[in-house]
Amino acid sequence: MAVGAIGAPKGIAGRALGNRSLMAGVALLVFIILLAVLAPWISPYDPNDQDAIASLGAPNAQHWFGTDFFGRDVLSRVIWGARVSLFVGAVSTAISMLLGGSIGILSGYVGGRFDQGVMAVMDVLLSFPQLIMGLIIVALLGANLTDLILAIAITAVPPFARVARGPTLSLKERDFVEAGRALGFSNLRIMLVHILPNVLDDLIVMGSLWLATAIRTEASLSFIGLGLPPPTATWGSIIREGFENLLDAPWLAVFPSLAVLIVMLALNMIGDGLRDATDPKAAVS
Amino acid sequence: MTNVVPLKTPPALAVKDLTTGLKIRGIWHQAVRGVSFEVMPRETVALVGESGCGKSLTAMSIMGLLPAKVGKVLSGSVTVDGREVVGLPEREFEGLRGNLVSMIFQEPMTSLNPVLPVGFQIAETLRRHRGLDGAAARAEVLRLMNRVQIPASARRIDDYPHQFSGGMRQRVMIAMAVACRPKVLLADEPTTALDVTIQAQVLNLIAELQAEDGMAVLFITHNLGVVASIASRVVVMYGGDVVETAPVDDFFQRPSHPYSAALLKSVPRADRRPDSLEPIPGQVPTLFQMPDGCRFQSRCAHVMEVCTRRPPLLPGGGRPDHQMRCWLGRPEGGL
Repeated sequence: MAVGAIGAPKGIAGRALGNRSLMAGVALLVFIILLAVLAPWISPYDPNDQDAIASLGAPNAQHWFGTDFFGRDVLSRVIWGARVSLFVGAVSTAISMLLGGSIGILSGYVGGRFDQGVMAVMDVLLSFPQLIMGLIIVALLGANLTDLILAIAITAVPPFARVARGPTLSLKERDFVEAGRALGFSNLRIMLVHILPNVLDDLIVMGSLWLATAIRTEASLSFIGLGLPPPTATWGSIIREGFENLLDAPWLAVFPSLAVLIVMLALNMIGDGLRDATDPKAAVS
Repeated sequence: MTNVVPLKTPPALAVKDLTTGLKIRGIWHQAVRGVSFEVMPRETVALVGESGCGKSLTAMSIMGLLPAKVGKVLSGSVTVDGREVVGLPEREFEGLRGNLVSMIFQEPMTSLNPVLPVGFQIAETLRRHRGLDGAAARAEVLRLMNRVQIPASARRIDDYPHQFSGGMRQRVMIAMAVACRPKVLLADEPTTALDVTIQAQVLNLIAELQAEDGMAVLFITHNLGVVASIASRVVVMYGGDVVETAPVDDFFQRPSHPYSAALLKSVPRADRRPDSLEPIPGQVPTLFQMPDGCRFQSRCAHVMEVCTRRPPLLPGGGRPDHQMRCWLGRPEGGL
């Protein structure tokens, strides 16, 4: 079946497994996720235990990443911070994928003025830089975990809506949609069962890239003081605390920043790899 | 006079004075006007005509699948298994489609969802109308795949459409359409996109399913060869009008409407010299240019003054159930 490979899940899986940068990204991400999940068992210290004597200690054998102003172990804080940062990123991305995907498919499927109206709203939202948007929403909602997740999720709804709407516009004109109608399928069934699977790979690729953005947004919001209140360790809040001592104790900001960087890198490698693996044009070449 | 009313089977599909409008540039045009025909259970009626004559629009009117806002049934009635479907609320109509009346399409290559396994897609009809799911649905899907003669069905049930040939995909489409044993099957040029040998197989398959389930089949085609081999009655359309309706043998022996006659002369036949083909001059007028009265007058060799008035259905051919919409059928002859 030489011709048959296009779009086949087996083909996608095969190409995904053969894609080195994708696999490296997955390995990195799995490593970080394991760290986060296993935090209670592997973190060397309690992330909030203060030790006045060890204040602003440089990295050493006891504290690999050094200690902060309160003498807290930075490695432990980075590991525990991964939990919050990854959780906020993953949940907010999942929410925006669900919301944005639904809005995009519905808007594209219904079409006409409804579509124009919805997309105009999305464009307005899209025109705000993400951080500003997040700022506005956090300022409106407040800064607890749920609202932070919601704020980050809402900023990412428009791009997901766009990604889902585009293909829906052409998919709804396809013969299999007409055939579905002739078999008595409702519009809801056609959208969920027949259009959604066709836009899902685009949504997932987008999701892996936006997960990185969501984690970065959380870090940025925390950095400017709009994240979770202290002492909760998140990567952004650790960087912020470290920023004040950047010149005399650079390790405070450097290590959590590296953590953010590694996750960004991993997710971008995954996103690019997934795009290549699910792109039928790439399969032919 | 006797009180005994002769028992007559009611038609599975009855279309009566169906007029369907299309809105083009803000104006409604009658794209199908006053179409009437009946299809009995187990019967195959062929709806014939060239592109743009209103065949597919008639089918879409029957299915309630006219494009929203730009297409609607203006008047007339369509009954499926005795139920009036014109004006039926969309929710109710959905319950009939795929259940009481089904349709198969011209393009098997694109009528299946490329990202879903064929077994899942066949099961979709059963989930929708029969509430079947899980193992029960799978068993029924396998039975259906065997019924439409897809070899190695157990192995192929989880394959994707791209792994099937065009003929096999059309079988999958047929399996989906007949899954709920509909009373009426509309086949819109289901074999046009297939190789000739595969065409014959698919036609045979439809005939077999029809014999088993007693479906009425409305076969839409422009292929007169296919008509001759499967249909018992022919309905010829031109410019949205039914111009001739006849039993199939009478139609081929005595095509009466000038359009039907010209159509038959323009098709190559084994018993005629190939250079005897006569094309029909001109082309079907667009809805804007459609003449009043007989719509074929602009291309007709027998055009008369009276043709500016719309002819009624008049007798044609040699039998009472052979009718045509042409003034040539007037008792006094073609004056």
